[in-house]
Amino acid sequence: MLLIDCPYCGPRDEAEFACGGEAHIARPLAENPISDAEFGSYLFLRHNPKGLFTERWVHSAGCRRWFNMVRDTLSHEIVEIYPMGSLPKSRRGKQAYADNWRRGTPAEAASKPQAKRGR
Amino acid sequence: MASSELDRGIKGLAGRAKRYSVFALARNASRYHQGWQQAWRHAEPKKSYDVIIIGGGGHGLATAYYLASVHGITNVAVIEKGWLGGGNTGRNTTIIRSNYLWDESAAIYEHAMQLWEGLAQDLNFNIMFSQRGVLTIAHSEHELKEMSRRVHAIRLNGIDSDILGPDEIKKFVPIINIDQTIRYPVMGGFLQKRGGTARHDAVAWGYARAADDLGVDIIQNCEVTGLRRRGRQIVGVETSKGFIGAKKVGCVTAGHSSVLADMAGLRLPIASRPLQALVSEPIKPILDTVIMSNAVHMYISQSDKGEMVLGAGVDKYNSYAQRGSWPVPEHMLAAAVELFPVLSRLRMLRHWGGIVDTCPDASPILSKTDIEGLYFNCGWGTGGFKATPGSGHVFADLIAHDAPNRIAAPYALKRFETGFLIDEHGAAGVAH
Repeated sequence: MLLIDCPYCGPRDEAEFACGGEAHIARPLAENPISDAEFGSYLFLRHNPKGLFTERWVHSAGCRRWFNMVRDTLSHEIVEIYPMGSLPKSRRGKQAYADNWRRGTPAEAASKPQAKRGR
Repeated sequence: MASSELDRGIKGLAGRAKRYSVFALARNASRYHQGWQQAWRHAEPKKSYDVIIIGGGGHGLATAYYLASVHGITNVAVIEKGWLGGGNTGRNTTIIRSNYLWDESAAIYEHAMQLWEGLAQDLNFNIMFSQRGVLTIAHSEHELKEMSRRVHAIRLNGIDSDILGPDEIKKFVPIINIDQTIRYPVMGGFLQKRGGTARHDAVAWGYARAADDLGVDIIQNCEVTGLRRRGRQIVGVETSKGFIGAKKVGCVTAGHSSVLADMAGLRLPIASRPLQALVSEPIKPILDTVIMSNAVHMYISQSDKGEMVLGAGVDKYNSYAQRGSWPVPEHMLAAAVELFPVLSRLRMLRHWGGIVDTCPDASPILSKTDIEGLYFNCGWGTGGFKATPGSGHVFADLIAHDAPNRIAAPYALKRFETGFLIDEHGAAGVAH
């Protein structure tokens, strides 16, 4: 049972929330063609660590706003809660983000506009 | 189902194990039960094996048994980090059925069902397989229509399935409340009469005993800490008891599949979630079948000991903690008490969670990998128990031939690249 500190409403019972699964999965852009296997990795393959995990939550029975969370999947400890569109700031949160196998994959690289990829 | 061609060659005990029978029971009773032999050896790992199976649950033990009995590969070890059958094999609600929507699912689950029907004889072990029927109930007009579509599809695959109206359900299950004014009214349901339950621990023990008899080493309390490979070829596993060499390695570790895949640098589409169940104090027989509800995420049966066995839906967030959160069983129990008012004053004795490996299409993965000699059997999610014999039989075939057979082929990892998913979400009851 989790007590989740909604950034907009304060601490609430987990029953008010829904979990949106792994955070920071960026969709490859159409302008950056990639293989079926790489698109499949974006669409289906999931980071599923035993330990720290970055995930999305929504306060569905409250303010209905989304936010990100760093949580330990073994102890259920909530390490950090941070807004959508940003990255974790705590040391362990940054580590959890960096440890995801998805970092640096072709599918993730393809989520950035070509102009910014320095080609 | 034409799965008989795969059944050939299964033989039960061949080695030293003394057969269990009513005569053996009488003989041992007359000797104060001093004569029973150990059901399987406590093996210490050899230097290397032809095949190592990681995970000593039902599916892993079944795989080892069929490797030895069907394919004659007996230089096999099953490595288990805890105790045998102590993971999801000992945590599920023991329900068996094969009424799935898609042809691919029907093939594998019906294959399992046919193996279940002869399993106690094959293993010479009483697995307490009881075909008491599995009734899935519908709570809305829409659900009932969707159900009848599903029933016809299932019947086209030659699997028994019947639609029942509320009055027929009341006759079949006298303790159910068919009042149409409750939150989840009974609008109808569908029944697989060949469905039922089996004693989950006995399934693990039976497979372990028979596999051991054929020469398989069962190594408990031995955790795999790494997968060693040379280039693209697997050469063995690192364990808490040292390195063990292997030509082939099969991973059958349910909720921990992603952890093992990570050791090999492989990625899976799996999310590990808790699935909860609970049992009540034992009472006199009141329910002689299995009832399931999709809408509520509830399934209930009564064990031979008299406990009411209740299962809930899967928790909503990833976890490896083997315990779930309270709102999930609370929701299920609220509906259960309304559907079965007789349960309202029953005390619950035990409550637990198992970590299930959920797949995006709610179908399993039986697959080779990019690494030669490394195979995965996972993704069974919330409904692996019912498939235990079929899963082990088909997976053993995959490992022995290094190629999937007709039943396993659709379940390759490749489907998450090609998009040929086998979408069984809610297709045949909640307990997939």
